[in-house]
Amino acid sequence: MTMTKIKLTTPLTDDVVEKLRIGQRVLLNGVIYTGRDAAHKKLIELLDTGRELPINLRGQIIYYVGPSPAKPGNIIGSAGPTTSGRMDAYAPRLISLGLKGMVGKGKRSPEVVKAMRQHKAVYFAAVGGAAALISKCIKECEVVAYPELGPEAIHRLVVEDLPVIVVNDTLGGDLYEEGTKIYASK
Amino acid sequence: MTDALQKAYDQELSLTGKEIIQQLLKNADIARSEEVPMCQDTGFAVVFVELGQDVHIEGGALEDAINEGVRRGYTEGYLRKSIVGHPLERVNTGDNTPAVIHLKLVPGNKMKITVAPKGGGSENMSGIKMLKPAEGVEGVKKFVLDTVKAAGPNPCPPIIVGVGIGGTFEKCALLAKEALLRPVGTPSHRPEIARLERELLDEINSTGIGPQGLGGRFTALAVHIEIYPVHIASLPVAVNINCHASRHKEIVL
Repeated sequence: MTMTKIKLTTPLTDDVVEKLRIGQRVLLNGVIYTGRDAAHKKLIELLDTGRELPINLRGQIIYYVGPSPAKPGNIIGSAGPTTSGRMDAYAPRLISLGLKGMVGKGKRSPEVVKAMRQHKAVYFAAVGGAAALISKCIKECEVVAYPELGPEAIHRLVVEDLPVIVVNDTLGGDLYEEGTKIYASK
Repeated sequence: MTDALQKAYDQELSLTGKEIIQQLLKNADIARSEEVPMCQDTGFAVVFVELGQDVHIEGGALEDAINEGVRRGYTEGYLRKSIVGHPLERVNTGDNTPAVIHLKLVPGNKMKITVAPKGGGSENMSGIKMLKPAEGVEGVKKFVLDTVKAAGPNPCPPIIVGVGIGGTFEKCALLAKEALLRPVGTPSHRPEIARLERELLDEINSTGIGPQGLGGRFTALAVHIEIYPVHIASLPVAVNINCHASRHKEIVL
């Protein structure tokens, strides 16, 4: 029961992103950034006041995660996805600035889906609760902004074959809706 | 819990669903062998204390002792600190305190402490409604199903659904939480409630939401219902959702 998995390495280009389709299994490689609501709020405040962001978002992926503390000798603690809907208010702005991918869990708002179609970005789901397993794919971790936010700080991660599934593609497809329809009975 | 997931793995029709459950089982293995959290959200420390009325506690306040335990557990155990001290100002307390403590006085000279850390993702998808008694069992079922459908992929299905029926507004919510403490899949001792649990589980698993909401049969692993007498004018129903990381530990002193 293995499905073909597509290996992707960041930064992502429009060409690569446009070919992705809902339901595809993807293994992410390279640099990705972490961010939750508190960090997103700060990024938007910077944009609102015309200042520069602490990270360059062009072609990048943000992983919605607040890891648990690393045990001595480990690179990172457990690091599974958090609910993406809390970032919906901020995501379209970042997508318009060149953000190409988001990793999280749960549905996105129509505004985010629209921004993904318009600016060619995708939304991936990682398995919520598979946090110990996912942490094995993280090879480097450093805080690059907002250390005062603790687990909510922006971390720069280097990942190797982080397993995700395409949920929203650039055509407006939504795997949550399609998948549920297939298995609903009555 | 692992047994329930294994059964779901065997019976899940969706290939994606099967793959997800397999990841969850593998994740549980890694968490166990490496002593790391299975989910980074190590929750709000919800602590149920059944205090024997003949027990006399010396040397300080029980509440302080529990919070000190939470502080040490979350710090020394490398668990995530997920609590902010003020719901609007939102500054992290840094040690995951305070706990939410439910204290019950019982006969005897023992003290039972149950720790049930609760993640935010599934807690956020919970709900409560004051139904009219005329809405009856159908109204209860509809509210439970509507809550699970609205939650969709957010609470990390497969979920455990805790339901409270009856009591007052706050009692009903507490019943729903207490229902989650039951070992996964243990039916209610009341036959009519056990039947309702089975019917609701079937209906929830016919929604198609499936593991992680990506489609499949196993949206929930169990429905647990607790009930309480109720006012002639009321029919409160509360739904407390727990993700598949149903972490509970009980100790008797």
